[in-house]
Amino acid sequence: MKLTRQLLAAAALAVTASYSHAQYSDGVVKIGVLNDQSGTYADLAGPGSVVAARMAVEDFGAAKKGMKVEIVVADHQNKPEVGSSIARQWFDADKVDVIVDVPTSSVVLAVNQVAREKNKVLLVSTGATSDLYGKACTPNSVHWTYDTWSLANGTGTAVVKTGGNTWYFLTADYAFGHALERDTEAVVLKNGGKVLGKVRHPFPSSDFSSFLLQAQASKAKIIGLANAGADTITAIKQGAEFGIVKSGQQFAGLLVFLTDVHALGLDKAQGLLMTESFYWDLNDQTRGFSRRFAKLHKGAMPTMGQAGVYSAVLHYLKAVEALKSDADGAKVVAKMKELPTDDPVFGKGSVRQDGRKIHPMYLFEVKKPSESKGAWDYYKLRHTIPAEQAFRPMNEGGCPLVKG
Amino acid sequence: MTEIFGIPTQALFGQLLIGLINGSFYALLSLGLAVIFGLLNIINFAHGAQYMMGAFCAWFLLNKLGLSYWWALLLAPLIVGATGVVIERLMLARLYKLDHLYGFLLTFGFALVIQGLFRQQFGSTGLPYSMPKGLEGGQNLGFMFLPNYRAWVIAASLVVCLGTWFMIEKTKLGSYLRAATENRELVQAFGINVPRMITLTYGFGVALAALAGVMAAPIYSVSPLMGADLIIVVFAVVVIGGMGSIMGSIVTGFILGLVEGLTKVFYPEASNTVIFIVMAIVLLIKPAGLFGTQR
Repeated sequence: MKLTRQLLAAAALAVTASYSHAQYSDGVVKIGVLNDQSGTYADLAGPGSVVAARMAVEDFGAAKKGMKVEIVVADHQNKPEVGSSIARQWFDADKVDVIVDVPTSSVVLAVNQVAREKNKVLLVSTGATSDLYGKACTPNSVHWTYDTWSLANGTGTAVVKTGGNTWYFLTADYAFGHALERDTEAVVLKNGGKVLGKVRHPFPSSDFSSFLLQAQASKAKIIGLANAGADTITAIKQGAEFGIVKSGQQFAGLLVFLTDVHALGLDKAQGLLMTESFYWDLNDQTRGFSRRFAKLHKGAMPTMGQAGVYSAVLHYLKAVEALKSDADGAKVVAKMKELPTDDPVFGKGSVRQDGRKIHPMYLFEVKKPSESKGAWDYYKLRHTIPAEQAFRPMNEGGCPLVKG
Repeated sequence: MTEIFGIPTQALFGQLLIGLINGSFYALLSLGLAVIFGLLNIINFAHGAQYMMGAFCAWFLLNKLGLSYWWALLLAPLIVGATGVVIERLMLARLYKLDHLYGFLLTFGFALVIQGLFRQQFGSTGLPYSMPKGLEGGQNLGFMFLPNYRAWVIAASLVVCLGTWFMIEKTKLGSYLRAATENRELVQAFGINVPRMITLTYGFGVALAALAGVMAAPIYSVSPLMGADLIIVVFAVVVIGGMGSIMGSIVTGFILGLVEGLTKVFYPEASNTVIFIVMAIVLLIKPAGLFGTQR
């Protein structure tokens, strides 16, 4: 029995080897999932993103096509120096061809430089700063799932238009918070609103009471939360305690994930407006994908970040297949821009010249507890922002790759 | 409206009160640490994990057994304290003869294991825990809206802190404890069971951490990392107050809460670091800490 298994394994290896005549650098396409595996952002990306990457490899049919794909994982602990040293180690010593996911803007900006320097590929799903397809854009990266501009555009516009015209920002004090605040402020001002003040809180923070009090004193109608993950959850939770909503102010969650709503509970999160590029209950395809995902991930539905990892890896593999090579990172990304994207998560779309993946964004409202049928049934769709309006126009980003 | 450094005085009062509330948590936690260090000479790095266990314990009692917050306030410290007793008996008791470092390493490792297990099981985002009935809502004090629950936290923490101080410094039991730390053999010669007393002291310190955890559950999210985020600050509080000084840890806890609260108004970016700056200054001027005595 044991012998047969060994024989079979040997045979399988031989078949794989004969198909993949050294088209791929060192014979393997190696995908590195780099994210927060244990901290504030571990539930919205973390191990779930690894599950999503594995599903993409499986759905692509790598094994059947004779392509050998390996996935490695590392925890960047939300620290830029840790992230960039892992990226160097991966590219130089471990022969990783592409890094995916990378939440925490400060980390992703550092890794972005490394990927360009080594001519590898970076596919950003949960990293948010819109600089990635603006002044920091490179021929080696694609910004996949959402970004600070599209979030600000979706939520900011909707809130100002429904009367929320004075804002106070609670901003996470690092690259992501600053970018999100900057992009949202621009949207608020453009739509005729006013920003009354802002406070920058350390990242991560466990106590927001002091900042909430300052926001309360500003008398702004809207408290914009330019933070994410556990920070957003704590701010909303403690906001309820300090009677923020009862006294007539409202929160605008500028980056909220499904897992955050799950942790908050509907009684605290109800009525919250948010912009996302994916929700599991959008259509048959997203439901199918998400149910498969949940089976592999302790019953949790995927966040948009995790869904984005799936979509990005799938498209990357298609580009590598078309090129028959993964050696030159910039060439693979060029191929990704050439090929149209199509997957169960975002439907049909494309990748722009500046490295921005294009698909619709959705404005959701969190359901009331009475409207929800159970766990994970949390959002109702308010408005769909069509793909061509959902992201910052190419000529406004200042990406050096865009000419004319 | 009167202003101090450009901040309206009313807003300032609000911030000071908030600082005091956060200070109550620092005081409760650093008190436990100080009791354990003062009487056992163990630097209990698992304190943050035990605080987290207290919060999770409250969550379990509410969601699995339907026992309210008030029950949790009583039961969680007992349960987590009991685990502390087991750890002390099985592991820590073997380390008293060795350098501080061993106890420190053991408890640190223990904290990592516990946090890892909870994270594996519950993820990192945390679980919701609702406000206890009767403490929802709040009072409008004119200068701020004070949630009832936070008022309760200050009161409860003051009572527990002062009670502990009284027990250790002013009662007969406390005098045994203090004597045992000075000269173990002599106290034992008087027929007092010193090892049992030490075990119970550790259990009590751990129970204090768990109590703080239960009190934190309704305001912070119940998450595996809640203790890890806090423990470093609390250690700084203990160092500033003077290692092992009971009153020192209580007073310093509240004062540093105030200092942090003020920083959040004047320069919020530095609010995470201000406590460590204070610590560096205190160590430069008074190496034994504000209330400590050189041993």
